[in-house]
Amino acid sequence: MTRNVAIVGIGYTSYRPLSPEVSYKELMYEAAVKAYEDAGLDPRRDVESFVTVAEDFIEGTSIFDEYVPDQIGGLLKPNVTIPGEGIHGLATAYMQIASGLFDIVAVEAHSKASNVLTLPYITAYAMDPVLNRPLRANPVFIAGMEMNRYLWATGATREQCAQVVVKNKRNALYNPTASYGASLELEEVLNSEPIAYPLSQQDISAHADGAIVLVLAASGVAERLSDVPIWIRGLGWCNDAPSLETRAWGRAIYAEEAGKHAYRMAGIRNPMEEIDFAEIDDAYSYKELQHLEALGFCQFGEAGMFTEEGVTDVGGYLPVNVSGGSLGNGHLLDASGLRAVVDVVLQLRGEAGALQLPDVETGLAFGWRGVPSTSGAAVVLSGPGRRNQGGGER
Amino acid sequence: MSMRKVAVVGAGMTKFVRRAQETGKELSFEATKMALETCDLTLDQVDCVVHGTAPDSFDGVHMKGEYLADGSGAWRKPYTRCYVGGGTGVFTPIHGWYHVASGLFDICLVVCEEKMSSCQPHPQGAFLTIFDHTTERPLEPNLLWIFAMEMNRYMHTYGLKKEDIALVSVKNKRNAADHPCSLLGDPDITVEDVLNSPVLAWPVQRLDVSPVTDGAVALVLAAEHVARRISDKPVWIEGVGWNLDTTYWTNRDLCYPRYVEKAARMAYDMAGITEPRKQIHIAEPYDPFDYKELHHLEGLMLFDRGKAPEATALGITQRDGDLPVCPSGGLLGVGNPIAAAGLMKVAELFWQLRGEAGGRQVPGQPKRGVAQAWGDLMQVGTVIVMGA
Repeated sequence: MTRNVAIVGIGYTSYRPLSPEVSYKELMYEAAVKAYEDAGLDPRRDVESFVTVAEDFIEGTSIFDEYVPDQIGGLLKPNVTIPGEGIHGLATAYMQIASGLFDIVAVEAHSKASNVLTLPYITAYAMDPVLNRPLRANPVFIAGMEMNRYLWATGATREQCAQVVVKNKRNALYNPTASYGASLELEEVLNSEPIAYPLSQQDISAHADGAIVLVLAASGVAERLSDVPIWIRGLGWCNDAPSLETRAWGRAIYAEEAGKHAYRMAGIRNPMEEIDFAEIDDAYSYKELQHLEALGFCQFGEAGMFTEEGVTDVGGYLPVNVSGGSLGNGHLLDASGLRAVVDVVLQLRGEAGALQLPDVETGLAFGWRGVPSTSGAAVVLSGPGRRNQGGGER
Repeated sequence: MSMRKVAVVGAGMTKFVRRAQETGKELSFEATKMALETCDLTLDQVDCVVHGTAPDSFDGVHMKGEYLADGSGAWRKPYTRCYVGGGTGVFTPIHGWYHVASGLFDICLVVCEEKMSSCQPHPQGAFLTIFDHTTERPLEPNLLWIFAMEMNRYMHTYGLKKEDIALVSVKNKRNAADHPCSLLGDPDITVEDVLNSPVLAWPVQRLDVSPVTDGAVALVLAAEHVARRISDKPVWIEGVGWNLDTTYWTNRDLCYPRYVEKAARMAYDMAGITEPRKQIHIAEPYDPFDYKELHHLEGLMLFDRGKAPEATALGITQRDGDLPVCPSGGLLGVGNPIAAAGLMKVAELFWQLRGEAGGRQVPGQPKRGVAQAWGDLMQVGTVIVMGA
């Protein structure tokens, strides 16, 4: 029997291309202070365990775990770093509570992408050193190949992908934390500079700096801490093959499996009917389409048409990336998934301001670790009235 | 609330060697395959995989967890990597424990791999990048240098001599002579050998330190209802604990690892241990340096502060003593492929508590053991208590 777990506090900075006046520690501190204030907690007294999400090469420091406890209030407490997607960190915090070990756990992820001057070269180090790295492929080239395969396999068009960019950047215009809001015409996306055909510059999320901290609590504690606990109803994560030559190109198997696990846990049989809106990875425009299909919102090959018909618009049947997604907020590296979670929580709490959707009860967030990984994680969240009955089913 | 019980039901490990011909993926595969075979499971019965491996800078592979996924059996499975520096090897089974204890999964594969030899000319070069980029890196410190400071502080505080500490190295390297996977087992080593070895950073000498090593270890964890079905001798995870002290290591007294004590208290509380000295029969504290075994025995509250050297001199920590410590041979003897070395300690408890440790078997049918690892900037303690 699994304990129910809710998100009872959220803290986040704005997401912006540069943050020269603050260090990563100060970004983390800002988000942490806001999250603990939101949950009404003193971290040193009340939070029992801390999970952070980081990768050494991105931080420019080996064993980055060393540098996390002080600024998030985690001194002399259990702390662990998950080198994964933000939602992997959320899942870790969830399991620490669901196991009965702790009642209150904080999870943190951040991006100081502006400090990384040579990101494509660092990403190249993520490729198999024996078989793939000698190809000297730029990571965006791999995304371009995958997009090509995806368009070929599904019949989706570059125009439909460009429609994702137009939609998400337009949504971001209404989001006070987003940096890349824009009012674009389809032609402007299609005619932007080609980077790795068929990917053009506007198809690619630009990076942003920012930090996010969430506070999770067990049922019993969560209701006391928050008037609007947002329940974690389902979680799933999965890896496909890491090598370029053995993975499924075109299909996002990792997202299919992550979604299946999350839906099984949440008791969801028909995601399109039971989920009201989604914040899903759109690191590249085509990824939103590919992930929509993989997460079971439509059949393989249908997402392009969906998007063209406005199903995923703010006023559509399934609004997707109402916050602006990564294309509109800026890509926060491994913090992107937690940014999506924050935007789902804001909607479910009814605190999304100009972005607020009417009558939303259940939302989905999905994060992907980016090229060249095949690693993704999904979480299904519901508002105060909708916890799982009798614990989640396996 | 009552927690779901979780057992270790299988274990596997590669030889620990100075320079493996295999890639990290292959090392992971070898240990994983062996672990599954020891409990008659196949990969399709595994629900999820967790991985532990220390700095990416050893291999020069970014997102090293992703790279090692398929070698560790994680193809199309839920998979995460956890990371607490040198403490990772004992933390990874804790990470696996809550995967199962949470009720999300029934069978979890725990894999730790380290390939240090790819870092040329020496992995100490990679360790230059663990320090604060502004306040410490300009001093070009390395690990031997800061641990020499800690060793000095420990010796100074309790008036210890090098001879008192060298006994640990001798004990562990002799114990390792009985370990089929060991790199530096030596049945004939003496205190004089340690004291006459080259000085690296006073008071640390070459034989005070564990070697650069490649290797991998894997465990299989199972929920109670599965464990009882598939295993005659499940070994239960009774307590878990971990704790991280401040980044600013220069501000704390290095003579005592308070973070290890806090991690131990957490694990003992969970295991219902009130008198660790009576209730724990076997200990595998982290021993990358010989003084660290003593330091950690005190942090684990198995001996009074400053008294672990005396207990060592009296033979209490020998394999046939009252509290066998590092009967495996530890990092000093078996080798120190960082994350894999920590998990090797947990595997050793598994074998010892099942009575399957062969020439290393501790007499008297031990019922409960503790394993511990340590890492970051002399900063993190990870503790697991296991019972037969």
